[in-house]
Amino acid sequence: MIPASFEYERADSSDHALELLDRHGEEAKLLAGGHSLLPMMRLRLATPAVLIDVGRLTDLSYVRDDGDAIAIGALTCHEDIKDSDVLKQHCGIVAHTAGEVGDPQVRHLGTIGGSIAHGDPASDLPTVMLALDAQFVVRSSGGGRTLAASNFFSGLFETALEPTNLLTEVRVPKLSGGWSYQKFHHRAQDWAIVGVAAVQHNGGAAVALTNMSDVPMRAAGVEQALASGSDAATAATEAAQNTSPPSDPFGSAEYRRDLAKVLTRRALQEAMSS
Amino acid sequence: MRRVSLTVNAVEHEAMVEPRQLLVYFLREQLGLTGTNVGCDTSTCGACTILLNGKSVKSCTVLAVQAEGTEVTTIEALAQDGDLHPLQQAFHETHALQCGYCTPGMIMAALDLITNNEDMDEDEIRTGLEGNLCRCTGYHNIVKAIQQASSEMRSFATK
Repeated sequence: MIPASFEYERADSSDHALELLDRHGEEAKLLAGGHSLLPMMRLRLATPAVLIDVGRLTDLSYVRDDGDAIAIGALTCHEDIKDSDVLKQHCGIVAHTAGEVGDPQVRHLGTIGGSIAHGDPASDLPTVMLALDAQFVVRSSGGGRTLAASNFFSGLFETALEPTNLLTEVRVPKLSGGWSYQKFHHRAQDWAIVGVAAVQHNGGAAVALTNMSDVPMRAAGVEQALASGSDAATAATEAAQNTSPPSDPFGSAEYRRDLAKVLTRRALQEAMSS
Repeated sequence: MRRVSLTVNAVEHEAMVEPRQLLVYFLREQLGLTGTNVGCDTSTCGACTILLNGKSVKSCTVLAVQAEGTEVTTIEALAQDGDLHPLQQAFHETHALQCGYCTPGMIMAALDLITNNEDMDEDEIRTGLEGNLCRCTGYHNIVKAIQQASSEMRSFATK
């Protein structure tokens, strides 16, 4: 399976990438690690006319303690995030979940920015970003803006990014409480059939779900139940509220709804005990 | 077409490639390095694993143009003057292959694991191989081979 023909441009700086995006507009896709985009191109599910390779922008590969938040460069690969001492200390759920993405070979090339910008509801890190109320720093030639994770994922493989935008940084809080990411998958390297992120922060609990809708989503029913005093097991029974999970050979929608409740209970219990 | 220059097994190469050419086909068809196999073609099975700047990657999911300026290592670089690499020797001695199709990828993934991790236990080896599928052996002898090669490579390194 060979991708359809495309024109290839390699960006040598963020400014150059923005200039290329302005020139090629909607015809173009950004190529970071390529581990979501290239498989789609090989299956001809994506046929961009132009690929703008941002894989060499090593100045966007970092994890930094930035006061109240941890700043992660968009081109930081999953393996570096998994091994980051700063993240392990202050926001362990991000390091842990990066280690749950794919396999070592995939993690050596796949990037956090690519994973978020791709907008795949079966992807693990977007769910964690939603649970953490992460902020995404976005640049265009006209300037910069910061988007909240809660306003970012708009549909299946759709996000708030415009065709001329470059995601440059992901900002996550320093967590004050426990966390858990529960991923149920078929083979070790696979996408989540269902995933659940739970974090305790500033006295409240946030819960988000992977692959339970067209977009990663917060489990609002669970959060409300917890806020009004329910225990973890009781609150977890609300996990399937307002979900619309897919049915595929790995599980029916009904199976996924049940799984979401089980995994939410496990995630809450782990987050609350750590 | 686009010019790409890269180092493969310590030899510099320069070639014209179509941007859509995948690195694994560049290695196999343009450089004749057919030791790297194409298995699933969907970045699942790991048969096409090579080292890119010393890190294991699946060469079916990398464009040849992305490898511009990099150092690539394939299975062909491991044996020296007819002597098998400790990993190859260990796979041979512990019967870590049957059909052998996954073997080049297994060995390249294992080389990255051994190089970048101190003293792995069996669980860590099994987790480290999650990107490589074998349909024959049930993995037991592959894990044994990696344990054997790992201790040989470490004792050699400290001699």
